[in-house]
Amino acid sequence: MEQLQQIQEQALQQFAVISDEAQLEQVKAKYLGKEGSLTALLKALGKLSNEERPQAGARINLVKQAIELALQQRRDELATIKLTAKLAAESLDVTLPGRGLGTGGLHPITRTLLRIEQLFYSLGFAVSSGPEIEHDFYNFTALNIPENHPARAMHDTFYIDPEHVLRTHTSPVQVRYMESNQPPLKIISPGRVYRVDSDATHSPMFHQVEGLWVDETVSFANLKGVVQDFLQRFFEQDDLQVRFRPSFFPFTEPSAEMDMSWKGGWLEIGGCGMVHPNVLKHVNIDSEKYLGFAFGLGVERLAMLRYGVSDLRQFYESDLRFLKQFN
Amino acid sequence: MKFSENWLRSWVNPDLSSDELGHVLTMAGLEVEGLESVAPAFNNVVVAEVLAIAKHPDADRLNVCQVNVGEAEPLTIVCGAANVAVGLKVPCARIGAVLPGDFKIKQAKVRGIASFGMLCSAVELGLAVESNGLWILPQEAPIGHSMREYLDLDDKLITLKLTPNRSDCSGMSGIAREVAALTGVDLKPLSFIEPAVTLVDKLVVNIVDQVACPLYIGRIVRGVNASAPTPVWMQRRLERSGLRLINSVVDITNYVMMELGQPMHAFDAAKLTGGITVRGAIQGETLTLLNDQIVVLDAGVLVVADEERVLALAGIMGGAGSGVDLTSKDVILEAAFFHPDAIAGRARRFGLATDSSFRFERGVDFSGTRRAMARATQLLVEICGGEVGEVVEHIGSLPARAAINLRTSRVARVLGVVLEPAQIADLLGRLQLSFVMSVDTFSVTPPSFRFDLSIESDLIEELARLYGYDNIPALPPHAGLTMLPCSELQRDLAPILQTLVARDYQEIVSYAFVDEQVERELCGNDSPLALQNPIASNLAVMRSSLIGGLVGALRYNLNRRQSRVRLFELGACFSKVDGAYIQTQRLSGLVYGSCLPEQWGAKSIPVDFYDAKADLEALFPPMTLRFVSAGHPALHPGRSAKIFYADQAVGWIGELHPHWQKQYDLTTAGIWFEIELDALMQTQVPCLNEIPKFLPVRRDLAVLVSESVQAQSLLDVMLQTRAPYVQEVVLFDVYRGQGVEFGKKSLAFRVVLQDTQKTLTEVEIEPSMAILVDVLNMQGAQLRM
Repeated sequence: MEQLQQIQEQALQQFAVISDEAQLEQVKAKYLGKEGSLTALLKALGKLSNEERPQAGARINLVKQAIELALQQRRDELATIKLTAKLAAESLDVTLPGRGLGTGGLHPITRTLLRIEQLFYSLGFAVSSGPEIEHDFYNFTALNIPENHPARAMHDTFYIDPEHVLRTHTSPVQVRYMESNQPPLKIISPGRVYRVDSDATHSPMFHQVEGLWVDETVSFANLKGVVQDFLQRFFEQDDLQVRFRPSFFPFTEPSAEMDMSWKGGWLEIGGCGMVHPNVLKHVNIDSEKYLGFAFGLGVERLAMLRYGVSDLRQFYESDLRFLKQFN
Repeated sequence: MKFSENWLRSWVNPDLSSDELGHVLTMAGLEVEGLESVAPAFNNVVVAEVLAIAKHPDADRLNVCQVNVGEAEPLTIVCGAANVAVGLKVPCARIGAVLPGDFKIKQAKVRGIASFGMLCSAVELGLAVESNGLWILPQEAPIGHSMREYLDLDDKLITLKLTPNRSDCSGMSGIAREVAALTGVDLKPLSFIEPAVTLVDKLVVNIVDQVACPLYIGRIVRGVNASAPTPVWMQRRLERSGLRLINSVVDITNYVMMELGQPMHAFDAAKLTGGITVRGAIQGETLTLLNDQIVVLDAGVLVVADEERVLALAGIMGGAGSGVDLTSKDVILEAAFFHPDAIAGRARRFGLATDSSFRFERGVDFSGTRRAMARATQLLVEICGGEVGEVVEHIGSLPARAAINLRTSRVARVLGVVLEPAQIADLLGRLQLSFVMSVDTFSVTPPSFRFDLSIESDLIEELARLYGYDNIPALPPHAGLTMLPCSELQRDLAPILQTLVARDYQEIVSYAFVDEQVERELCGNDSPLALQNPIASNLAVMRSSLIGGLVGALRYNLNRRQSRVRLFELGACFSKVDGAYIQTQRLSGLVYGSCLPEQWGAKSIPVDFYDAKADLEALFPPMTLRFVSAGHPALHPGRSAKIFYADQAVGWIGELHPHWQKQYDLTTAGIWFEIELDALMQTQVPCLNEIPKFLPVRRDLAVLVSESVQAQSLLDVMLQTRAPYVQEVVLFDVYRGQGVEFGKKSLAFRVVLQDTQKTLTEVEIEPSMAILVDVLNMQGAQLRM
């Protein structure tokens, strides 16, 4: 009896101090293995009388169970310690930068154009485009700017040959679109345009967005409404003030220049007006039945105001230190 | 159009500040682009006379002056100017004066002597940038008078940005008429008496081209003193209009032009032979202009001539040989109406832009021509004296002013705001447009001074302008709602661009015109498309490829210490084929430097052909591209390919030629690609194939081929042979080295076989693989065991 008690205590004590799994199994064999002390006691049961045997057997089994339980607990403990140590050894410096490619970005002008297209798309404007080397007819004549008209001098035109120019505005797209589509019409036409001019506020190549809406019931008041709506959405400023000033474009009548309030003053943002009846006549649209309005927005100007760019030339220098700021 | 505000106010003087007046003009379409003071602010500066000078006892360079400022006692003022002298009239800043730069004049002791003011130079008054001492005023300057009043310095300069339609505002009378209409303030009429005719001389005028010159008024004035000084008031107004002073006669003609908008010309009668003829030039005639430019005339160019020679380019500029100079005695005055069509564009053709051509090409009020002659005559006689000859007036058929119908209903439709007939009548009246009204239609006759009014829309703009654009509401349009077409066969551009952005490309925008050398060398373009009038020699031809801009941008950034540059650009490229201009949108990329940004845990490997190829291919799924070896002047001959999409050549990809790499100081090769945007935009609507119920089988094939064999050729034959069950053949490994003899390479292909009806067994697989091995063998490929 005492021997049993002793075996149990000794086993439990030994298990508790073992920190190695293999050693634990070796120690286990000392008690529960073929040659183990507890196994020996069990084998010795046969020598006991029939009366004594059940009692003694039960006692030995209790001790065996206690040892097995202690053994399993120790095994679990050791496994946990081992796993913990393994995980600790595997831990990462989570602050190291992630690997792989970086990301690039769109040019601020493209970014602005996409935003403009998105806004007008929400109002049902389709996008149309036209050639950049444009026939004199579309760039001028069809827009009611005959040869020798003083307005031609205002355009500082690049010539490719006597009949072809680099388009000076996106307005020719109006004519091209109206030639092949019947009203009602609602388009914008973003694109590159060219003028012989270069300084901090003028680039020989720049971008415009032309807008055109021809329908039976569009008016100058609607033109104001659409342009104002656009500028307020574009700048995300509901109280942005927009001003329309009488001006002159041969292809619109009445004509206006759009200004928006900016830092206490007014900034010109583009030109607009009701499509001139002569322009409609050129494309066989009945100007009695249909009215139209058109507008042209300066994209660089919008981008400069929106993103705080002060020198127009930066857009075309391709300086990554500039471009990456728009990513 | 620049002029003095005070001059305008002498015509019409609304109770508005300068800024308010400027706003009224701007909001009426006469944009004020400049409003500046004639002189900076200063006060308490008067005209003074130096009465006596004594040397300062303690300073060599100073004088102690006694100065008369119009008071009983002269002031003692210490002055350091070298040009001070007794009897001079000079500006004197009195005690309490504040000069530009907030310079306050106080009583002060200068080296021990009390000084009661300061004698000033023009610089000190902010009226000049440099000067040589005191500003010496004319002897007639009134002593004690405020300098500001004496020189009318409280005036402002207004600069109008006149649009081409508003020629009526190219004279003070027209601007005043507009201001009166806008403000409702009465116009002060210009009144003068035309001198009586005292000579019997009558100018002989012959108008040959009556269409171009429907009105010509001339007269001779004899015995004028052309050396008489131009009055100060006139000088001032001319100078404030930005006109140079010439001599009194020319100044008078310029003045009348500025006042009434009618360009005039004066000839020296003594320099003419016979009468005046207005005619078309004879081919090859020459004329030396007032600016000494010699022009050779084409036949038909409208000129004013005498019996022997051309005197002037009609309506544009006079000739040097017939103008009035200080010795001229007899003067011929010309006031004409040259038709805009005869003048428009002409001046520009000679490289000229004159005040006269500016007005004639936009249209001059022919009803005011006779009055301008009267005004010029009056001023000439008043200033230069002389005897006046009779006016000769040739009137042909002047532009008709046809009545225009203006419907109130149309006004409302166009403007989106209802104007009542009475309101319209009032607005027309204020604009001096005469009309007849019937029910809801006005029949409006445009005046001779408004060349821009010819259709109903023109009148509607006039009404809107006067009514105020600000008063027209901004209304959202109402329209039937229909959806826009949305083709699935066309891809959106934005996601394509975003794909490149996600692959670490930065977009650039460069000029569409490039250096001709770039076109010739990098694009192999022997006949670049040149601009007739380039802005700079390095921007003289249109690009046929985006490579020039990308390479330029790469070099720009490398020069700014960037080492890894990945760029793309989208833009039009231009060429001329069979006389037609071809303009295609292309997408192009250039990568340079390491494959990945510098980072831990990844080796820095320079980007190569296959990296860029993957980027390009990523743009196209589900469509596939084919790459065929081909040479390009910008690219390494062994590392460049033409790109085919659906059997069309749509672009290029390759490594920059080592030659350019060296020339551009690149340490590694850049990879460039360019592709037609049209090819990129096409796609197909997906159409689902049934997903097979049975599992696919994979077999690998490795073959040895010589280095010169391209993988594509093997893939092609394997796919073309249509071996049963073969769904896919993909190259997955390329090996050179141990076990592979030099000059050969091992290519490994993954073959996926699949049937829709059953799971394949070796019985089906073997024959298919045998077919593939056969075709590979026929290509000289040896199966690797």
